[in-house]
Amino acid sequence: MAEVILKNICKSFGSQVALSDVSLTIPDSSFVVLLGPTGAGKTTTLRLVSGLDKPDSGAILIDGIDAVTQSPAQRNVAMVFQQYSLYPHMSVRENLSFPLKSPILRTPADEIARKVDEVAETLQISHKLDNKATELSGGEMQRVSIGRALVRNPRVYLMDEPLSSLDAKLRSDLRIELKRIQASLGATMLYVTHDQTEAMTMATHVGVLDHGELAQFGTPRDIYEDPASIYVASRLGSPKINILPADLFPGAPAGAASIGLRSEHIRLGEGHEAQAVRVEHLGDQTRLHLKINDLDLTTLTEAHTKIQPGDCLKIALQSPLYFGANGERINS
Amino acid sequence: MAQIIIKNLSKDFGNFTAVKASSFTIENGEFFMLLGPSGCGKTTTLRMIAGLELPTSGEIYIDGEDVSQKRASERDIAFVFQMFALYPHLNVRQNISYPLKSQGMPKAQIKDKVAEVAKLLGIEDILEKPVGGLSGGDRQRIALGRAIVREPKAFMMDEPLGALDAEFREHMAEELRALHDRMGTTTVYVTHDQLEAMQMGDKIVVMNHGSVEQFGVPQDIYDWPATIFVAEFIGSPPMNFLHLNGSVNAGDSTIELTGQVYEIPMMLQGCEGDIAFGVRPEHISFDPKSQYRGDIIATEYLGTTQIVTLQTQNGTLKSRIPSGELVTEGGSVGLAFDPSAITLFDKKTGSALLSEGNKGVLGDG
Repeated sequence: MAEVILKNICKSFGSQVALSDVSLTIPDSSFVVLLGPTGAGKTTTLRLVSGLDKPDSGAILIDGIDAVTQSPAQRNVAMVFQQYSLYPHMSVRENLSFPLKSPILRTPADEIARKVDEVAETLQISHKLDNKATELSGGEMQRVSIGRALVRNPRVYLMDEPLSSLDAKLRSDLRIELKRIQASLGATMLYVTHDQTEAMTMATHVGVLDHGELAQFGTPRDIYEDPASIYVASRLGSPKINILPADLFPGAPAGAASIGLRSEHIRLGEGHEAQAVRVEHLGDQTRLHLKINDLDLTTLTEAHTKIQPGDCLKIALQSPLYFGANGERINS
Repeated sequence: MAQIIIKNLSKDFGNFTAVKASSFTIENGEFFMLLGPSGCGKTTTLRMIAGLELPTSGEIYIDGEDVSQKRASERDIAFVFQMFALYPHLNVRQNISYPLKSQGMPKAQIKDKVAEVAKLLGIEDILEKPVGGLSGGDRQRIALGRAIVREPKAFMMDEPLGALDAEFREHMAEELRALHDRMGTTTVYVTHDQLEAMQMGDKIVVMNHGSVEQFGVPQDIYDWPATIFVAEFIGSPPMNFLHLNGSVNAGDSTIELTGQVYEIPMMLQGCEGDIAFGVRPEHISFDPKSQYRGDIIATEYLGTTQIVTLQTQNGTLKSRIPSGELVTEGGSVGLAFDPSAITLFDKKTGSALLSEGNKGVLGDG
């Protein structure tokens, strides 16, 4: 597998700036997830690495070799799209074998059969191998298109929201499968999503994109526990981090304009008064909607809490996050 | 304001039975969720309550009156659809006024009503705008406004948030529920999203293949599922099952899993054959003293908590533990279960076995 380096990449479409000065190293055998809302530049980054688009400026190195002048085929990357694209007239087996049948690769027939069986097993589609591609459900088709990337031995796997059209159960199964496959192959993976659960659970590194700029790059734990800005802090965590004026509580460091509170930063029982507005029993835990000086605050507590709407509570802070007026993190 | 009673309601479409002898009661002022996978009959049930479909058999009572065969217009119910259908050539005020105009309400009164509804929804400043250029959220609010302005006895909502993206959906769910808390109008809401149902509902009815699987308050359904289907449909990750073949008897308060004896709520009902031992992810902990082992096959970091997937001799488990606890993939751990939170299921029927734990929720049948 390979290391991929992006250096000072810029890309515009007309007057629309898609990426602005993005530098990023995808280490060999890492699982890098690019996270951000629609329009952040995730898919553009992926397409630049694959060779489907060319950067306006900057360099892309795959295993130390300048890839910008190479064609997509020369780069030897495998891409999986959000919309599965299968050959409708072929069976599942033929679809999976197709990438290996390329005359350049000269893969022996028994090797192809072995690979296809192995991948089909992993993706739980063995029983559908002889079906026509069009006779599959949406989830099965997407598994075949992931399988078509997996049968090859590319230097980098590129995936663009491959799980977003699947149902919850299948998504959760495939999250674990993809991570397991990536780890066992030692594959280098660049994966694009706007789903925070996918980013947190699968990635070795997360790159958070904000309007074409890389806002932070680090392990999921770094991004969650040590975010560089309000923007990054708001990308991970459910319920979403509460952002309140810093002077609401004593103890804010100089220059702090906002305070960021996740559920684990809020201790119930002592401190500042707050009113319970709504109590949602979600099963494994309870979500509390509170009002504090007329501001909204959401936090979590145990499943069988006795707290009722209208109750007056007390809350204290436990190592919260502080942010300056520009939204950048301030260390307390 | 209305109480709605559903009695033995059935609906056939040709040979296909969409809804089978369903019964439940929606109390006055409740936010009531019809939850289930696609094709379970939840939308058909909603449409029958609204009068858009007539039942094959069974009755619907609204405030004590049998409306089963009445037309939609005679039931005084407002329907909010998934795709907000607005009149594109009318502005916001005209869209909201429309139902009142067609009732022949005097102009001055309409103006007051619209002002009141606009205030409730926080859309006073866009009343004179055409609906064309508005955001999805505002369009949703206008669609709601048009339903609210009539002051119907009840609202029927068919996945009104289904088309929105995750972040905005959460926001609208809160707004919708807050609106309900201010108005108190009985609302029946269809969704396939278990979290949305838990979060918003006062009560939930869980449907599958046209039948009611369970009916009750969200936390009770989560804690004490009546069937394997409900246990798997509610919760993320859902309830885990360890599979065993053997027997339990009424009066038992332990069960043996491959050599390790576990305490369970005292059984009030016995079962022989294939049994599923059901435990929620947050009720599994690691105990070095336990001889019942699980191999750690995956860990998933989720911020405050992590999900650990374990392979045991009786099946795969997902446990939810604090993310601070160090676990290594490939390792093996002893397993402990919260004895007060276990449900046993008879796999032949798919139903929960009655115990001291769940009798309060499931005891009345």
